[in-house]
Amino acid sequence: MKPASKVFTALIMIFLFAPIVILLVFSFNEAKSLSVFSGFSLYWYRELFRDSETLNAVKNTLLLAVCAAAISTVMGTAAAVGINKLRSRYLHAVMDTVTNIPMINPEIITGISLMLMFVFVGRLFGAATSLSFWTLLIAHVTFCLPYVILQVLPKLQQMDQSLPEAAMDLGCTPLRAFLKVEIPEILPGVITGMIMAFTLSLDDFVISYFTTGNGFQTLPIRIYNMTKKTVTPKMYALATIIFFVILALLLVSNLSDSDGSQTIKAAKQKRQKHSMKNHA
Amino acid sequence: MKKTLSLLLAALIFALLLSGCGSSDKLTLNVYNWGEYISDGSEDSFHTIREFETWYEATYGQKLKVNYDTYASNEDMYNKISSGAVSYDVIIPSDYMIARMREENMLLPLDFSNIPNYQYIDAGFHGLYYDPDDQYTVPYTYGVVGIIYNANIVDEADAQGWDLMWNPKYAGNILQFNNSRDAFATAQYRLGLDVNDTDRAKWDAALSELKTQAPLVKSYVMDEVFNMMESGEAAVAPYYAGDYFTMLDAQADNIDLRFYYPDPTNYFVDAMCIPSCCQNKELAEIFINYMLSAEPAIANAEYISYASPNALVYEDAGYLEDIGPEAAAILYPGLEDFSARYNQYAFRNLDSETLNYVNSLWENLKIA
Amino acid sequence: MKKNAPGQRGLLQKLILAPYSVWAALFIVVPLGFVAYYAFTDSAFHFTFDNITRFFTATSTVTEGEISREVHTYLLIFARSLKLAVISTFICLLMGYPMAYIMARASDRTQKILVTLIMIPMWMNFLIRTYAWMTILQDTGIFNGILGLVGLGPVHIIGTEGAVVIGMVYDYFPYMILPIYSIMAKMDVKLLEAARDLGCNNLGVLRRVIWPLSLPGVISGIIMVLIPSISTFYISQKLGNGKFYLIGDAIEGQYVANNLHFAAAIAFILMVILLVCMALMQRYANKKAVAA
Repeated sequence: MKPASKVFTALIMIFLFAPIVILLVFSFNEAKSLSVFSGFSLYWYRELFRDSETLNAVKNTLLLAVCAAAISTVMGTAAAVGINKLRSRYLHAVMDTVTNIPMINPEIITGISLMLMFVFVGRLFGAATSLSFWTLLIAHVTFCLPYVILQVLPKLQQMDQSLPEAAMDLGCTPLRAFLKVEIPEILPGVITGMIMAFTLSLDDFVISYFTTGNGFQTLPIRIYNMTKKTVTPKMYALATIIFFVILALLLVSNLSDSDGSQTIKAAKQKRQKHSMKNHA
Repeated sequence: MKKTLSLLLAALIFALLLSGCGSSDKLTLNVYNWGEYISDGSEDSFHTIREFETWYEATYGQKLKVNYDTYASNEDMYNKISSGAVSYDVIIPSDYMIARMREENMLLPLDFSNIPNYQYIDAGFHGLYYDPDDQYTVPYTYGVVGIIYNANIVDEADAQGWDLMWNPKYAGNILQFNNSRDAFATAQYRLGLDVNDTDRAKWDAALSELKTQAPLVKSYVMDEVFNMMESGEAAVAPYYAGDYFTMLDAQADNIDLRFYYPDPTNYFVDAMCIPSCCQNKELAEIFINYMLSAEPAIANAEYISYASPNALVYEDAGYLEDIGPEAAAILYPGLEDFSARYNQYAFRNLDSETLNYVNSLWENLKIA
Repeated sequence: MKKNAPGQRGLLQKLILAPYSVWAALFIVVPLGFVAYYAFTDSAFHFTFDNITRFFTATSTVTEGEISREVHTYLLIFARSLKLAVISTFICLLMGYPMAYIMARASDRTQKILVTLIMIPMWMNFLIRTYAWMTILQDTGIFNGILGLVGLGPVHIIGTEGAVVIGMVYDYFPYMILPIYSIMAKMDVKLLEAARDLGCNNLGVLRRVIWPLSLPGVISGIIMVLIPSISTFYISQKLGNGKFYLIGDAIEGQYVANNLHFAAAIAFILMVILLVCMALMQRYANKKAVAA
């Protein structure tokens, strides 16, 4: 990397990690304050591990985020493929519009309108309460979908359309062509979309508040409701732990993924050599 | 590699889902309260909910699970319950919201034969405006708005009345409530107006006061007030008496926080009640009674650090010793004519046109 | 060699869109109906246009010194929200585009590390991140503390528009950079080399080859940053010291004052405006994609 690039990258990293360093440092704060550092202590970590409600909320949040990301990635990828193939400009515009709506709506409006709809449906079925983990999951998938679709669509547009057609000329069924040719091409978009869906779900509090049922609190709801007193360094301790866990997970997945991506890379190089030979 | 990863993921989801699905046959109680508003076992305190579950099983021989959920504001709680989306057995709203829910028939009258500990609630809390016949509510905490200031910056001579919040000497060091009713109230008390008046001209006058104050205000705050006062980011803030002690504990070394009550000021009561969507009324009443018993009540009062209307708390020598004489003097300033003062100065639920008008004035203040 | 009958292909194509269409109809369109229903009715649920007209006609008095004037409340609020959102999006693009380019040209291992590093802030809880920024930007905060160590005066950042922009850029930055990077990583290096062979300097390559090819990713990034940042409310409250009343705050304020109907109307009007803008942007992106 050129030196200018290195400096630029370093500046961006400082910007991105400054608050995280604050989190790390203040999680070891002796006092209760978030802005006055008075001494080093592991007190808040000990507090965190005795706080079963918060740990339960973390578990709930992770479970929800994994499910929401998985479902919205699959459905969103399929949707993006389908939208991309639409011939009718009118239908294309309609699907684009509908897809964008969850992203445009302020969260409080999305939350309340979904709650009202769930109540409406619940009353049709004569249920006493209408909200549960499943309504919360539905809400999360709904606001994650636009982001997945918006990640996958550009990749589909970038993709060389002749590739799947070539595969089908060679005897693949449309499904096989899709799985073996298109998916690897759009995979970076799909993965980015999945990661975005996961983080969106991790962070949501307004929509979650209005669509969750009894006894299922997520971490963002729990933190957002801490308005009577204040957020204590205990939450910073939690954030620090999450940071190190994520770091570890990503390092592990990067180290092991190198085999997978190299296989794809090798296959692509083979294909490119192929096409170049044909065109020469 | 991909296969093992996806198998692991599936197993993880399965395990998490299983652990979430408990036995639905267990007796459950659904409680809805403000966040950080019950002694929850943090910092070696009494874990009220868990102790209740243990006590219930010991007393009635049946396992009980309490679903304890939180909300950030009365309006959030109201919208979720009034929509019919969820059902809770016990809720703990503020006075004006209780008045509104009572008018809309969203509360159930309590069977006080299940709540014998109600006798310990001070008589000064009977007949308050939001529940004049004392049928629907049991008071949980109460409080008074006062002014917190940093004595290292503010002269003692200036520390009186509401004028301190309008004093240009401390421009850029003053905090104000970030919600319309509380903020307007500071102006209304200063002008000697009634906070529940529906006369629009009076509200306009209060708006002018707030507009005069706006250039002096550093920030409109709610829970940010703690950090800002503790770190010295600001020197004057209106907030609740109990919260002063939280800030006092955590203040930086170069800060000297003090507190006083201006006159008149705002009073509030948060009370436990049972909404009409309740699924187990008797269990709810048992819970309310438990919350009034000595150990939970004292633990809650110490955790929340607001005043308690429960004699088992404010007459307990251990509690008074724990909070100290200064706190006792501030939290319990003397209840002689509490109900009269409360009924005069507390927030009442305003009709929708006035609320709408007040909100438009608030917007006007914010965009100016 | 047998080619698959066009009918079979058509069926698969139609089916693939079915799950999403059903989902969208149920969970996007129906709740939208509720929003519209609330927006066009009053508190007694009688049909009315009052909520919509109120958005455009409500006025407030703003006094500057001796002069008082009437401003359109919600139009002003919307304009301010749009301004902050556009500034934040622009800064995200300014920072994100070069960063994406650097990442795409880096070695495989470096790319992976950089992508990981960029994504990590996304995983920190949004509320906690905002509190951390308050600690940094406060007048008595870390940034001013560092400035004080080198003898520079304290800078008032928190409570200014700058602080709100910093907060928004920080939160939305990964959403700008990842789509652009995703496109750039797959860009055919041979095209760049060809352009250079034909005589373009670096700027020419950027303008004529890289920028047009990366446009779908840029548009995607702009949409994912601009649109949500218009209705942001939490950042403006915490980092703006409660002094910036944006459209998200306005909606929340109406909700707190129990005016769900007007809140829905504001959201409805906002949605119509933004959908039109987005349709135009995506048409532009589609045209460019076809051309490229």
